[in-house]
Amino acid sequence: MTATATLQEQANAFAAIAAGAPAPLAALRAAGATAFAQLGFPSTRDEDWRYTSVSSIASTPFTAALDGAVGALDAAQLTPYTFGGSLPLVVFLNGRFAPALSELDTLPDGVRVMPLAVAAEHAPDLLARHLGVRAPADRDGFTALNAAFAGEGVVIHVAKEMVSEVPVHILHVMDANGAGVMSHPRHVLVAERHAKASVIESYVSLADVSYFTNAVVEVSVEDGATLQLLRVQRESPAAFHVGTVEARQGRDSHFVTFTFQTGAALSRSNVFTVLAGEGCGTTLNGLYMLDHEQHGDHQTRVEHVAPNCFSREAYKGLLDDASHGVFNGKVFVHPEAQKTDGKQTNNTLLLSDKAQIDTKPQLEIFADDVKCTHGATVGRIDETSLFYLKSRGVGRLLARQLLMYAFAADVLETIENEAVKEALEQLTMVRFTGATHH
Amino acid sequence: MLQINDLHAAIDGKPILKGITLTVNAGEVHAVMGPNGSGKSTLAQVLAGHPAYEVTGGSVTYNGVDLLEMAPEVRAQSGVFLAFQYPIEIPGVTNAYFLRAAYNEIRKSKGLEEVDPMEFLDMVEEKLKLVDMDVSMMSRSVNVGFSGGEKKRNEILQMAVLQPMLAILDETDSGLDIDALRIVASGVNALKRPDNATIVVTHYQRLLDYIVPDHVHVLAGGRIVKSGDKSLALELEARGYDWVLEAA
Repeated sequence: MTATATLQEQANAFAAIAAGAPAPLAALRAAGATAFAQLGFPSTRDEDWRYTSVSSIASTPFTAALDGAVGALDAAQLTPYTFGGSLPLVVFLNGRFAPALSELDTLPDGVRVMPLAVAAEHAPDLLARHLGVRAPADRDGFTALNAAFAGEGVVIHVAKEMVSEVPVHILHVMDANGAGVMSHPRHVLVAERHAKASVIESYVSLADVSYFTNAVVEVSVEDGATLQLLRVQRESPAAFHVGTVEARQGRDSHFVTFTFQTGAALSRSNVFTVLAGEGCGTTLNGLYMLDHEQHGDHQTRVEHVAPNCFSREAYKGLLDDASHGVFNGKVFVHPEAQKTDGKQTNNTLLLSDKAQIDTKPQLEIFADDVKCTHGATVGRIDETSLFYLKSRGVGRLLARQLLMYAFAADVLETIENEAVKEALEQLTMVRFTGATHH
Repeated sequence: MLQINDLHAAIDGKPILKGITLTVNAGEVHAVMGPNGSGKSTLAQVLAGHPAYEVTGGSVTYNGVDLLEMAPEVRAQSGVFLAFQYPIEIPGVTNAYFLRAAYNEIRKSKGLEEVDPMEFLDMVEEKLKLVDMDVSMMSRSVNVGFSGGEKKRNEILQMAVLQPMLAILDETDSGLDIDALRIVASGVNALKRPDNATIVVTHYQRLLDYIVPDHVHVLAGGRIVKSGDKSLALELEARGYDWVLEAA
């Protein structure tokens, strides 16, 4: 594991450089370097990593994005990824914040968007309250590594009682200069009490290069607030992607995530939320579409701590060729969390004989008055439906497309923003036609 | 238009059709009747190209070409239409989208331009009247939550839009009350032209009061055991199937 040793040296070096940085960042890096030295990369002997080997990440020497310059790009190249272009936009190019490509002039009232460095200077208290709190450096190897290389990211803060329907879009772009780069963005999302806001976190690439993204998003949904987080992972087919969301919810809050995963050679999505206040709820939906030799892993953890909370979870997947999907959905119901109402489903369509899915819905219930269900299905495209479409003159390709789209339609339907929903519906329609790469 | 010659077909290795010979000319309506398990539906499915059935012998010529060599979608594009006994539900795809996709695929196969959604909807609104369907049905998922009668009317709507040369109605009357039956039948009759043909597969004579056949065939044990004109259907209604089977 030479690369890991090198990574450790790099991490220590970054921690040292950070000594002069603003306190919350410096502390996070130091904690990250220490934690990574202890934790290292997970192995398939760890129950949560049983089906996903990260040895290809561990053995590749990546260059830290923070060592690279802030690149430039023709903004027009981002047009296919900006959902019509009218959303407030924060762009990270090859792991570095790119102010010239970002559009933050039209922020909704009460919404603050600050790069980490700016937040450290202008809102140090806010940062100290939230950075490294939901996702502490010692959580696991990847979160530790992210902490050790902390430096890029954005803080989105929605003031109390501010209601915004316009999503803020955090767009991570890699181009050819991103080859061999590892980036560790860490974002902080805070919705104060009774606020309502929406954030899109997307990852795209303009070149089929190999790189490593290891993102952490720390989320606070305070009392009565609603926060929607839409995650769009369309990394290069040669990329590695680990994305972690750690949220904590206050009383009567609602946290909604949608995870759209089609890219990367190897990807792991973690969505963890703690239902800490009474009467709150979470909705975690997802759609994964993989082909060739892609590996995509989804882990969710819903911790019901307080009573009278609900959780709804629906992940669907379409797996073609020799792709491999993993779904592991955990619902923990603590002893005090009476009247918990939890529902979880995972449905996968296998489009080829070589595609596979390992699915494990997991309920651990320590309260006696709860209603929790879970279920998983694995199926194939229905031949009778296919014949029905063909018998009306619809060619095989379009017929398959329609049925795949139809399978995914109900989860896509949950996306509130029309422009974003239509864009993802379109991506779903063409995913397996070769019309777009990912 | 259609020449079926000594057609044999099997499902899962089990022979169902054991030598069907039948000629259908343009402008004709043929009724295929018979007891349960006689192979009526199999004949309909084989003509449409259902992949579960294996043709083990014989030939089918459609407008001079080998129908059995054509993929199901190519058959449809060439004017063959099967109204399903049990129309399939497709959650997530609207009736409008499905029907326009089919219509455009058929147009494309003929080298014609696709029609846009507005133009298409105008055309469909006319056809909806034929089967007494509300336009709101177009924005619902294909057959999802439709009653039995609505599903069958939806089949005839598809037929009206796609305008086949050879329509095969597979037990379209099953499960319909008399009002729905009348609507479906009048839709089929309205689509009848001198240059197209219809094969009505049915268990009961009832439908044939409304769709009057030129020829009636009785299928039993995978063969046509008797053919006649429309009076044969009435005789079957009065006397049942046993006497035909015994005579055969």
